[in-house]
Amino acid sequence: MLAATFAILIVPLAAAVACLVMPGPAALRIAPALTVIAGITSFALVLALVPDTAHADLSYLSGYVRADAVSVIFLLATGFLYAAVAVYAVGYLRTHRDATYARRFYAGFNAFAWAMLAAPLMGSLALLWIAVEVTTIVSALLVAIEATPTKEGDGAAEAAWKYLLIASAGLGLALLATIFAYYAGAQVLGEHYNLAIAPLIQAGPRLPATPVRLAFLLAVLGYGTKVGLFPVHTWLPDAHSEAPTPVSALLSGSLLAVSFYAILRFYQVTAASLGTGFPRDALLAFGVASLVLAALYVFGQRDVKRLLAYSSVEHMGILAIGVSFGAPIALGGVLLHVMAHAAAKGNAFMSAGVFTVKYGTKQMSSMRDGMRLLPWSGPLFLLAVFALSALPPFGIFRSEFQIVAGGLGSGSYAAAAVLVVLVTVAFFGLSASATSMLLTPSPTAKTAAVRGEPSAWMVVPVLAGLAVLVLLGVHPPGELTDLITRGAAQLGTP
Amino acid sequence: MVQPPGIYQGAANVIAALMLLLEFGMLRQALVRDQVRLYAAQSALLSVLAVVIAADRNLPDLYALAALSAALKVVAVPLVLRRLLRTDDSDEPAGVAGSYTLNPASAVLASIGLAAFGFFTFGAFHLNGPAAPALALAIAGAMVFVAFGLMIVRHDVASQAVGFFSLENAISLAALVVAAGLPLILETAILFDLLVAVVVFGMLIRAHHSRAESMSTGDLTRLRG
Repeated sequence: MLAATFAILIVPLAAAVACLVMPGPAALRIAPALTVIAGITSFALVLALVPDTAHADLSYLSGYVRADAVSVIFLLATGFLYAAVAVYAVGYLRTHRDATYARRFYAGFNAFAWAMLAAPLMGSLALLWIAVEVTTIVSALLVAIEATPTKEGDGAAEAAWKYLLIASAGLGLALLATIFAYYAGAQVLGEHYNLAIAPLIQAGPRLPATPVRLAFLLAVLGYGTKVGLFPVHTWLPDAHSEAPTPVSALLSGSLLAVSFYAILRFYQVTAASLGTGFPRDALLAFGVASLVLAALYVFGQRDVKRLLAYSSVEHMGILAIGVSFGAPIALGGVLLHVMAHAAAKGNAFMSAGVFTVKYGTKQMSSMRDGMRLLPWSGPLFLLAVFALSALPPFGIFRSEFQIVAGGLGSGSYAAAAVLVVLVTVAFFGLSASATSMLLTPSPTAKTAAVRGEPSAWMVVPVLAGLAVLVLLGVHPPGELTDLITRGAAQLGTP
Repeated sequence: MVQPPGIYQGAANVIAALMLLLEFGMLRQALVRDQVRLYAAQSALLSVLAVVIAADRNLPDLYALAALSAALKVVAVPLVLRRLLRTDDSDEPAGVAGSYTLNPASAVLASIGLAAFGFFTFGAFHLNGPAAPALALAIAGAMVFVAFGLMIVRHDVASQAVGFFSLENAISLAALVVAAGLPLILETAILFDLLVAVVVFGMLIRAHHSRAESMSTGDLTRLRG
């Protein structure tokens, strides 16, 4: 497994460097193919880690590189989405014939995926912070990649600036959290402690309480900025809306989860040190606030990508609430939710991207009759919305069912009830927008475009995502179930 | 009986206080090039503090860190910023002077309030390293809040970026106080990460300047979060 682990750290980076140094004309042909190969290879490498990490943790380079059940679950989410979106990007960028743009896009895309795959493999809180910071830097450039040099209407540059500034400030707090975690660890493990996660969790009961508590709160606030937790979510709808759609899919499906992964690591340390009461209460507060905001804001959105962005805030809130329930079944639900949300949100963004290409706008009021005009992407978008709304037989139904069951089982009746109500509210908001896009006839026949899909490359990965969603909802593979069970046990055992 | 601080502790407290004063200077400065100079001076003080703590606690790694930090933050980052912002030219970019959301006096008063809040909050944690004083951590806390204040009260991209970089200086100050023994390899990685962030900040600032012909964020109002 040593080879697979390090290959995950090398393959996307090598692809990024290759795309960056590629001569101009070649970038249009070779960079997409290289990215697809890198994406599928990375996902295969992550899959290869599943059997081993379902039963044992892997640790290399004195613990600086580490894979356990929790980290592999986040790797699976990112690995799948990297592969799927790489295929999708081939179709999405067909209209871009600019070699410089293609080179920059694919180099940034692979570098972004590399940083997101590297983060869960980092065995030290400091390296984890660095990996998350790299995701910010690269993705801010990707958000700005379609910025135009005009004064008017350049949302991409504005979104990129706000994203970079707010996320970097948030990560400043996360760095402060890391420093306090070091301070706590050094009291027990000595001055030359390297911020490794595993020894910190093991030393939990002996850690001083104040710095641990401080580190956790700063981590929730700092990394929570990148997760999109209320009230530090304000960059998220703008960046998701203005980025190229393949980047939006990665931002929403993977990046938010990777940042949540960092919070989970601080949760483990805090739970081991102070017990689960304090971190669970903190996550419940942030989770409920995020869910309330998102459930209300999905109503009245006019931009389809902003709609999906607020749905991401909702799902991150669900993750936080799920962890706050603390029951093993809820924690298992949270880990399943990470993977199911990646597939569902990836599908939703990729289908929405087909709409934006077809209609030439992100405004939902200008998208009509989608079911007829887009014979594949129309129904697939609807199914993605159903999946996001936790309807059976998709994975999110199973994960949210587990989370609610865990909440009821642990006596958190009010929080579980609030979760069910707000998820239902969000479902109405998403469904209303989706049905207007898909089923409302076009007011004038002439404005309607010709029936058909812009590109098969933009449909195939969505079908793969749908298959994953059904698989996760109906019958998750045995080894994956083992992995989730082990991950839930790791999160639930202080 | 209260013990007077030792020479190293006293030096650390003085350096931290000077860094906080420079933070206020950045808040008040009208020109980008002056803000960058103050940032370089603040970073130099940080390196001096690293040397002081290295000598006090016999941590040779910290000498290397001080040298690296000085090379990056005192030389490289200001150089990159000046190059990207072209502040070596006689023309100061438009939109920086007077880019206050509050008037300057109110901005400084508000920042004093923030500094006091940060100082007493961080001071109340009673955290300090074996040699470095708790007072320096409280001052680092004050700096964190003033840096956030700088990013909020100034509505030009250059000041906001300088605010972020000085926030990083405040966090480095806190790190020196409570985490001086952090392995050099990790500190180095964090520093290089900062350098990359500086370049990206600079690129976006330059893109904004070439598009809007101003550093002001006044026209960034299309997106509402």
